[in-house]
Amino acid sequence: MSTTALLLTMAACGLVTFLIRLSFIAFGHHLPDDPRISAVLRYVPPAILGALIAPEIFMIGGSLNAAPDNPRLWAALVALLVARLTRSVLATIAAGMAALWVLQGWLG
Amino acid sequence: MSVDSPRAEFFGGVRAELPLLLGVVPFGLIFGVLGLAVGMPGWAVVLSSSLVFGGSSQVVFAQLWGAGTPPPVMVATVGVVNLRHLLYSAAVAEYLRGLPWRWKLLLAYLLTDEAFAAAIGRLRDGPATAHRHWFLCGTGFTLWAGWQLSTLGGVLLGAAIPENWSLDFSIALTFIALLVLSVHRRSDAWAAIAAAAVVLPALALPHKLGLLVAAGVGIAVGLLMARFDGKKP
Repeated sequence: MSTTALLLTMAACGLVTFLIRLSFIAFGHHLPDDPRISAVLRYVPPAILGALIAPEIFMIGGSLNAAPDNPRLWAALVALLVARLTRSVLATIAAGMAALWVLQGWLG
Repeated sequence: MSVDSPRAEFFGGVRAELPLLLGVVPFGLIFGVLGLAVGMPGWAVVLSSSLVFGGSSQVVFAQLWGAGTPPPVMVATVGVVNLRHLLYSAAVAEYLRGLPWRWKLLLAYLLTDEAFAAAIGRLRDGPATAHRHWFLCGTGFTLWAGWQLSTLGGVLLGAAIPENWSLDFSIALTFIALLVLSVHRRSDAWAAIAAAAVVLPALALPHKLGLLVAAGVGIAVGLLMARFDGKKP
């Protein structure tokens, strides 16, 4: 991709993101207040996060690894448990990274 | 200085945001490193932090760019990743009504996950004073500055962090923490599980449409499973 294309794509992404954030702040009184829309919107964060997480855990170097010798799988489970217990982003990162380093040393 | 002065509200916002930077700064550093690793020029990695200004969506942008994704798919995917900000926009709108346009544009630009999280308590439960939007300005500006500096730091450090530290995994860990915070009902969890299950085979779809398809399936499954949730609290 050329430098110009990269810049334009990034600017378009920025504009879309800005308009999403501006939407209700600027045009709230013109936007539809439909409970079906809010019902769809409430599932956006968990769905998109689930779709972002899975490849980070299972796709290593472009190939799928869902076997029990994948250290990222176990480290992610440790992180999930810590996140549920502490509800802290920092504690989750710390526990997950520590688990990954220990498991990488152990599973080789 | 009165309690209700713009300055008091602004620095109240700064103080509310600072603890959240503990999680944001490592994420910014890692994004800087990751952007270089997928082959983005350093200036573009830094520029994306002010142009797009949304951590998860910038990570996705870098990944898609590294994979040679067509620009329209990149813009659509970034849009879907940031669609949750509609909820924040709707939640803060009533507190910003009547402000001049320049304030609305500025606060919309600064409206991120962390700025919203740190400010909504003050806006919703605090006194309805004339200067309360300065509080959101304080959380937003603090996050903005921390994000710009940490991204820049990541680009500068990029080459110095050894690859075998597997620091890229902390991005998945950040998403795991955010996911747990966004799951309130059983159907939320089903939406995440369905999207995670669909995304792996969907990655093979042409034009890198996998993420969009998986998110769509996750939302549909969440809506279907909603009927099995308990009564609304």
